Amino acid sequence: MTKRIACDECTRADALRAVAGRGLPAVEPGMPVPAGTGLSRRSFVARSVGLALSIYGAGRLSLFDEGIAAAASTRTAPILVSVFLEGGADSLSLLYPQGDPLYASLRQQLAVTGGTPLADDPRLYWHPSLAPLQQLHGEGKVAVMPAIGYDHPDQSHFTSRHFWEVGATDTRLLTGWLGRYLDASGTADNPLQGLSLGGSLAPSLATARVPVAAIDGPGQYDFWTPGVWGDVQERMLDALGTLGQIRTHDPAMRTVANITAQANRLRRELAPFGKDGAVKPSVPYPSSSDSFPKALQGLAAMIGAGLPLHCVALDATGSYDTHADQEGELGPALQTTAASLYAFQRDLEARGVADRVVTLVWSEFGRRAKENGSGGTDHGAAGSAFLIGSRVKGGLVGEFPGLQNGLDADGNLKATTDFRGVYASLLEQWFDFDATRILPNAKRFARPQLLT
Amino acid sequence: MRHPRGGDDHDAVGVPVYRGSFGPAQAERLLWRAGFGPRPGEAEALAKKGLQAAVGSLVNPGPERLVGPKPHDSKGRRLAPADAWGHDHCWWLDRMVRTSRPLTERMTLVWHDWFATSNSGVGSQKLMLQQNALFRRHALGSFADLLHAVTANPAMLIWLNGTENTKDSPNENYGREMMELFTLGADRSAYTERDVREQARALTGWTNRWSRGRGDYDFHFDAKRHDPGSKRIFGRTGSFTWQGACKLCLEHPKHASFFVQKLWSYFMPGKPDAKTAAALEQLYRADHQVKPVVRAILMHPELYEGPRMVKGPTVLVAGLLRRVGGGVTTTDWAWIGDLAGQRLFYPPNVAGWDETRWLDTASYRGRWIAVQRILQDRRIDPAHAPGRSPHPKAILGRALAFWRNPDLSPATHAALLRFTESALASAGGAKWKQEQYPPLVENALRQLIAVTPDLQTA
Repeated sequence: MTKRIACDECTRADALRAVAGRGLPAVEPGMPVPAGTGLSRRSFVARSVGLALSIYGAGRLSLFDEGIAAAASTRTAPILVSVFLEGGADSLSLLYPQGDPLYASLRQQLAVTGGTPLADDPRLYWHPSLAPLQQLHGEGKVAVMPAIGYDHPDQSHFTSRHFWEVGATDTRLLTGWLGRYLDASGTADNPLQGLSLGGSLAPSLATARVPVAAIDGPGQYDFWTPGVWGDVQERMLDALGTLGQIRTHDPAMRTVANITAQANRLRRELAPFGKDGAVKPSVPYPSSSDSFPKALQGLAAMIGAGLPLHCVALDATGSYDTHADQEGELGPALQTTAASLYAFQRDLEARGVADRVVTLVWSEFGRRAKENGSGGTDHGAAGSAFLIGSRVKGGLVGEFPGLQNGLDADGNLKATTDFRGVYASLLEQWFDFDATRILPNAKRFARPQLLT
Repeated sequence: MRHPRGGDDHDAVGVPVYRGSFGPAQAERLLWRAGFGPRPGEAEALAKKGLQAAVGSLVNPGPERLVGPKPHDSKGRRLAPADAWGHDHCWWLDRMVRTSRPLTERMTLVWHDWFATSNSGVGSQKLMLQQNALFRRHALGSFADLLHAVTANPAMLIWLNGTENTKDSPNENYGREMMELFTLGADRSAYTERDVREQARALTGWTNRWSRGRGDYDFHFDAKRHDPGSKRIFGRTGSFTWQGACKLCLEHPKHASFFVQKLWSYFMPGKPDAKTAAALEQLYRADHQVKPVVRAILMHPELYEGPRMVKGPTVLVAGLLRRVGGGVTTTDWAWIGDLAGQRLFYPPNVAGWDETRWLDTASYRGRWIAVQRILQDRRIDPAHAPGRSPHPKAILGRALAFWRNPDLSPATHAALLRFTESALASAGGAKWKQEQYPPLVENALRQLIAVTPDLQTA
């Protein structure tokens, strides 16, 4: 019972399981078993959603029913997944102008080779590590944006990312663009409508009104404490709901109470996913120490089970702020990212829910056209983005401006597509929602046709 | 009513000073904001000194004493902070728990966030600990000295590519962040893109050696790699070097206001009013000393009369351990820190942690697990808990005493009592339940008390 697993010898997930197996009371005849011990797992097949779910302990059935009921009512809602390439991914490597003599001179060390041409624009080549995306693109499921950004680009990670997250070039906005959409269209009792996977809330999902959630994964949201089980455990968890409702005038205490209430709702919604075996991928995902493929795998299972998701955000594998050693950093990061996105698409297809999901892959900016001599590149302007999904209108969105005339005074790639136009298209064409209610000055931006 | 004045400190002219009563409640809040909360009896002892002397004892502490048993991992082995995974986090957490100089340690944490450097990019716990010692050395000293030291610090030189910034191929990374995040701030029209590029040239020249056995070592300035040419930065022209680059930022007219706002934000939930900000800026401008500004902030009425702040995850854990007289007896704290949103030596990026957004549903669960981990070694075993009154109020009273009787709002107290009564009632008529449930309820209360809005804020 007191098995110790040293943290330097295992992953964090293993350590969590190790802790979950400790400090339990002896079980005697007639006692209810402690929640979370794996001693009395009851497995169900939820026929309506075709997923095997495991539930622990007694007294959980009502929650289970609740989850399914909530799911059934929102099964057809479209889902947008936002995948962030953190640090400013080098657009001139993701899709690179192979034959351009300027490319060879600007990128004497870092010019990418070995990719295959982009069907829509023969000047551009896919980075070899993006081959899985190229395959989906060949099936008409990827829209490629080779030069996306905004006028007067800001080269600060934080400012530029902020612009993308809030959907406006305004440093004072405090809610995310998806957060404002959820405030306008969401409900007061469903934190899963805006879900961050990966431990902290994505700024794009920051709301002013409705609850949203952040979790590591769908099967990792249990609450227990040593020396507490059975009825007392149930009552303790119910007390989270009570503590979440205490009235207070202090803003910080109110923040804690609100989060407590949201954690309690989320705990109830995710109860059916609580245990191993609940998340079964229908296709293989890349094996990686990074959490991205696992997060997508859990996400596909949640969507497949009909949980009431609407907007989801997570970070891709890798750090793209390649001031140095770009060659060593970029390839492996893109490789895992692209292979995971490919598996996610196939998983959704196998589960029969691919027509409900589109995934936007983006970064805060691209990088300087001229390499910096540390084997890296400095902050630039226009970046690359991709929209992936069965309902996506595959092809090119905005053109590649070329290196001859397409660089600004600072030597950075000029944007040909404004990210706010893409957001407006997604709101209108995917969510069927008036973009002018969400995005400041939305009328100014041309909307590309992104969906079929 | 004396004017704040003391020994080596400057006169905080024009900064409002708290004049209300200074009892244990005020002393407790001061200890949470300026440190890691009180040990048993500490708030009462500090309150007896009065505000002036209490703040004086924090900004001018005696030599450091580490109180309590040394930290170790779950097998009782010594920590290896420079080598073993997670031991860096636990080593520093232990220092926060055991130190007799809480403000020094808290300021070390402030500088770690301000000059946020992550071992994810440095790749050497040894260099990270060197930087940590630097922050501690300069904790309440001169910001000018600190900025110079950080600019030449090996961990920072790796983190923001300082050693790859050469005259033939400038790398803007450090030059940009020293303006945007360390001294001037973004979106304040304090600098242009051209200033960034010219600043990068001024900062050229740092280099180091690397070997398979030693990793990165021998960090030094090499004049051959430095660009000695003329640069134009903030409208001034000169053949600036790295010292010049630091000086230009420190003398920039928008630096003092950036410094004051940012420093204030570590101690208070809101912004300083205009009069306070102007007075603090004047205080700081004299010679860039940190101590007088911190001292004035800690005596400001807002700290005692203003709204509460959500405790940061590390501050919370260190404080809870101090409260129960516990030490660091496991390296689980490293991954728990990660879950709760603050793994020391691994800030999320160069902007540090977002102190306005500590809480979301994931980090809330991390905080729950942190409390759970403290209670793991301290649970009441139902089989060995005879002679304890099973009455709801008695059980709640004992659970509160476990956490040294924290102040709770009436609403929180009522919610906890309701839980106690309902959980005891759930035993129904079963005799074994009636015997076993009271200690279970007390265990549950210990968990619930520590996650209340009251204990999560100060």
